[in-house]
Amino acid sequence: MEFFSQLMINGLSLGFLYGISAMGFVMIYKSSSVLNFAHGELLALGAYIFLALMVWLGIPAIPAFIITLLLCFSFGFLVERVFLRPLIGEPLIFVIMLTIGLASMMKGAILLIWGGNLYTYPDFIPRHLTLNLAGMNVQPVYNMSFLLGIGFLILFGIFFKYSSQGIFMRSVADNQRAALSLGVNVRRIFALSWAIAALVAGMSGIVLGVINGINVHELSAIGLKVFPVVILGGLDSIAGAIVGGIIIGVLESFTGGYLSPSLRDVVPYIILVGILMIKPYGLFGQVEIERV
Amino acid sequence: MMRKLKFRSCGNFHESYFEELTVFETDFGRFWVAVGLILLFLVVPFVASSYTLYILTNMAIYAIAVIGLNILIGYTGQISLGHGAFFGVGAYTAAIMATRFQVPFLCAVVMGGIVTSGVGLIFGLPSSRLKGLYLAIATLAGQFIIEYVLIHWEEVTMGTMGINLPRASIFGFDVSDDKKFYFVAFVFLLLFLWMAVNIMRTRYGRAFVAIRDNDRAAEGMGIPVFPYKLLSFALSSFYAGVAGALWAYFTMTITTEPFNLGLSVEFIAMVIIGGMGNMSGAIFGTVFISLLNEGLRFMADILINARIFEQVSLTMAPLKEFVFGLAIVLFILIEPRGLAEVWRIVRSNFRLWPFSY
Repeated sequence: MEFFSQLMINGLSLGFLYGISAMGFVMIYKSSSVLNFAHGELLALGAYIFLALMVWLGIPAIPAFIITLLLCFSFGFLVERVFLRPLIGEPLIFVIMLTIGLASMMKGAILLIWGGNLYTYPDFIPRHLTLNLAGMNVQPVYNMSFLLGIGFLILFGIFFKYSSQGIFMRSVADNQRAALSLGVNVRRIFALSWAIAALVAGMSGIVLGVINGINVHELSAIGLKVFPVVILGGLDSIAGAIVGGIIIGVLESFTGGYLSPSLRDVVPYIILVGILMIKPYGLFGQVEIERV
Repeated sequence: MMRKLKFRSCGNFHESYFEELTVFETDFGRFWVAVGLILLFLVVPFVASSYTLYILTNMAIYAIAVIGLNILIGYTGQISLGHGAFFGVGAYTAAIMATRFQVPFLCAVVMGGIVTSGVGLIFGLPSSRLKGLYLAIATLAGQFIIEYVLIHWEEVTMGTMGINLPRASIFGFDVSDDKKFYFVAFVFLLLFLWMAVNIMRTRYGRAFVAIRDNDRAAEGMGIPVFPYKLLSFALSSFYAGVAGALWAYFTMTITTEPFNLGLSVEFIAMVIIGGMGNMSGAIFGTVFISLLNEGLRFMADILINARIFEQVSLTMAPLKEFVFGLAIVLFILIEPRGLAEVWRIVRSNFRLWPFSY
């Protein structure tokens, strides 16, 4: 029983992280229907920038965290400006290929700078965050990730509901042409969605780095796990990303615990294929119906 | 009776749709292809060093897979991120057929293709039903699942130990040494190139292009989109499987290692850089990436010999990854139709000089 609940808790927190990382992905997909294959590298970028700030420059954790988020935000903006803007109006396949190239480029660059070793952050999480849940100790890292995740979810909820930019983003996601004709600056919205996605990715990258250690191979593998998560949740649903993430995380943790550790990393993809067969638009995705 | 030879086509003088379909617009093109073939089969193998032959054979094998991927990406407008793994399925099928069942070389290669297109269908079936680029996601899953199966289904694939293949022979004639396998690989390449070019001229090929350009319009014109997408994917996997099988015979020993996501991305890079939707593009792309690989390796050797950086050999793999990514990005941004288009522009500049307008 104890083993079960430990696995459950691990799975939930892992899944929550998947969900948060997938949020950035969904944001890009919703606003521009681009499948971003460079998402894992965005995660890794956040983790490594935070590492560099903390270890190389010796900046304390909280300012380093904020600077990292700002850098990630500007990086997302830059990527959109330099690489994606010239492709507006081109077939979608070019844009997706571009993200594949971008992923390879970023991974190579990170490997060139930091190498393939496993790094860890210096210990910065306050001990008193340890939570005692029905006799089970939940590690402070998980609590922190949970708090951060909830915080970001609330922030995004407010952003999308009340701020004008958030409403513009929703309108672009809903119908790009209608938004354009109503005077929404669609280009700026694309840039903003990339920037926010990179920011969210950076944050989740840091949390993942705290939990698993920082390694670009691992992080980019997690970036690809976004795909099962969003397919399960529905490609265009942010709530679906969180729910899908949690389901995938829990299943992964149980497979690792009860079946075999090596199967663990493949399970999400098996689920992905299954979902595509049974319910291809996911749990919360919008079903596209098209008649000719 | 001697037919009138055509040398240059300046403008479009076609009088029937049949003329539009010709592979060679001019006899000039035919002539250069003949020269190329003579060089390829009668000069190069007797002049080149065995290392050059090795690289050329590798290129020929990769080019088969890239032609297949080009049918899918360039002509049908679907992405596959699993071609590295499908290449591996072909390699393993051939290896298992050859070692367990003593299937002869040619049969094993064809079976590699057939089994691979079967495996491809498992992943293509759910996603081809859907609009949009779900195939990219499904094949990504396929990449990981196949890799897992290859590593962990040890009774069949021998896991990480790998399989040693018997020597390749055609009707009792041993073709496994470098020079002979060079001929085998290029004959296969030409055969598959010829097949691909001609498939694209049939109703199937035109249906693929119609689906790529506008799937709604295609559906409206009575093209059943789902079966055709599936067919294109199966065809593409077949090419990958055949190439994998040839590669297995060429390297003699296969392990699960090379068939990773990196290989899939490499294939995609070849398609993009060469030029999507252009058969000669597949060849250009393969040559470009292979030369890039060789160039990087050459650079690494020089740097190591010069003892400038002791660790350069360690950082060469990431550099390769970076350069690949950069090449993909630059080509998409600057010349999305790839090297084939560059070649066409250069050629037409020469042809039309000095009155290029």
